[in-house]
Amino acid sequence: MNTKAKDRSQIKVITGNAAAAIAAKLARPDVVAAYPITPQTEIIEQISKFHANGEMDCELITVEGENSAMNAVMAASLAGGRVFTATSSWGLVFMYDAVLATAGARAPVVMVNVNRETPGIIAVSSGQQDMISTRDAGWIFLIAEDCQEVLDLVLQAYRLAEDYDIQVPVMVHYDGFYLSYLSEGVDVPFQEDVDKFLSVLNEQPERTKLTPGSKLGCGSHGILDGYLELRYKHVSAMERSKAKFKQIDNEFQEIFGRSYGGLIEEYRMDDADVVLVGSGSMCGTIKTVIDKKREAGIKVGLLKMRMYRPFPSEAMVKALKGKKAIGVVDRSLCFGFKGGPIYTELKAFETQLDGSKIISFIDGIANTDITIANVETMIDTTCDLAAGKDVREVTWVSYPEAQEPDSKKPDSEKRGGL
Amino acid sequence: MSSNKYFKHEGPWSDANDPLMCSDTGDWRSKRPVVDKDTCIFCGFCAIYCPIQVMEMVENSHFSPDLDFCKGCGICAKECPTKAISMKPEGDFKK
Repeated sequence: MNTKAKDRSQIKVITGNAAAAIAAKLARPDVVAAYPITPQTEIIEQISKFHANGEMDCELITVEGENSAMNAVMAASLAGGRVFTATSSWGLVFMYDAVLATAGARAPVVMVNVNRETPGIIAVSSGQQDMISTRDAGWIFLIAEDCQEVLDLVLQAYRLAEDYDIQVPVMVHYDGFYLSYLSEGVDVPFQEDVDKFLSVLNEQPERTKLTPGSKLGCGSHGILDGYLELRYKHVSAMERSKAKFKQIDNEFQEIFGRSYGGLIEEYRMDDADVVLVGSGSMCGTIKTVIDKKREAGIKVGLLKMRMYRPFPSEAMVKALKGKKAIGVVDRSLCFGFKGGPIYTELKAFETQLDGSKIISFIDGIANTDITIANVETMIDTTCDLAAGKDVREVTWVSYPEAQEPDSKKPDSEKRGGL
Repeated sequence: MSSNKYFKHEGPWSDANDPLMCSDTGDWRSKRPVVDKDTCIFCGFCAIYCPIQVMEMVENSHFSPDLDFCKGCGICAKECPTKAISMKPEGDFKK
């Protein structure tokens, strides 16, 4: 993150959830509908408080479940309102059909999803699996690294979702249990600065909205060619959102003095031979370890993904081209693929990387800490790959049992594992 | 930029007059309800039970289905107290 001196600021020590709630308040939504779920609950508590104190002039709908929450904000959004909701894990799954419908209706909803392991195995712990479960829903996905970025990304999400050229719902992700409850110093913007930042939207043509007495309706059947036309428009808007997000990041810096580099953030990448690709709160730890490794003369850098959908392939290829080895750290699994989701997707662009080799690290699943030692292991392994040594394609860093090669086991225990 | 052949707007917005707003659900019907006017006692049971409300009143004497949308489920025929509705194969009506 690049910061330049600002003439004024107000630093508050708040959690990631509070940062999300304050960002929602600053964006002045017309309708908020949400249902509490760990680890997102604090967002709704804070917004309820703002609403009760008269600090937030919005319609607050305390729905009976997440499915209603998403349907309520989708409808309010189609009626022309600015909306906010937040959820996590099981809640996201419970609203899944409405998540798809919101994207199909091109309703510019902004939702915060506090990452938590998804249904399958009951787990009250962090992980990006819920994000992966809605990966192909047609939403734009942004991922925050720290509490400051949570606040900043929610504001940027409104500019992106409601932009006349985009009109795609945006989900802002951050790691539950880490950022959700972690208190950090956050520079809370002044209301007039946020109003100025968002005022660009008021100068744009008005998007289509439900109007009483009008015969225009949303949710039409799209049959055959009509369906294709809508899907093609949606895919095109997703592509356009890459350049738009970069532009929004620049405009954000002009007003607030903070820039993250747009779609991806590059940390000590210029002369790096070896690169880790990560996202979310793990990046703080990775940056610390990189500084340490740099002191030891190892040229290592970090590519942090801020945008996951659309997949910022052009920016990533540009940044990673010619690097000797790349280790992709995934906090989620891709069932049926050996490596993590980001790894498998980056792998599709391997031929454009001028010979860079890629390996996958799975770590941080269900709150298994991505520790300094774990990151050191990842960097060392990626360095080994760069040096031409034979390394595993996929490493479950916190699960050594998965790393034991079959060759060392007796025949009866050989399972053909990773 | 993509074309706006079917939809003038970015999303699936359309005018209520636009045929895209609804599917002709009658397209996939295999049997058609045929109402015998003389047996029909105009009780309206068929209209009440019809899951997609296609039974229309005709001349205040009997009911008749809107065949653009009738899916041919046969519930009207089953519920009719005077057995005035019979389900006839769609092939009988096609030339």
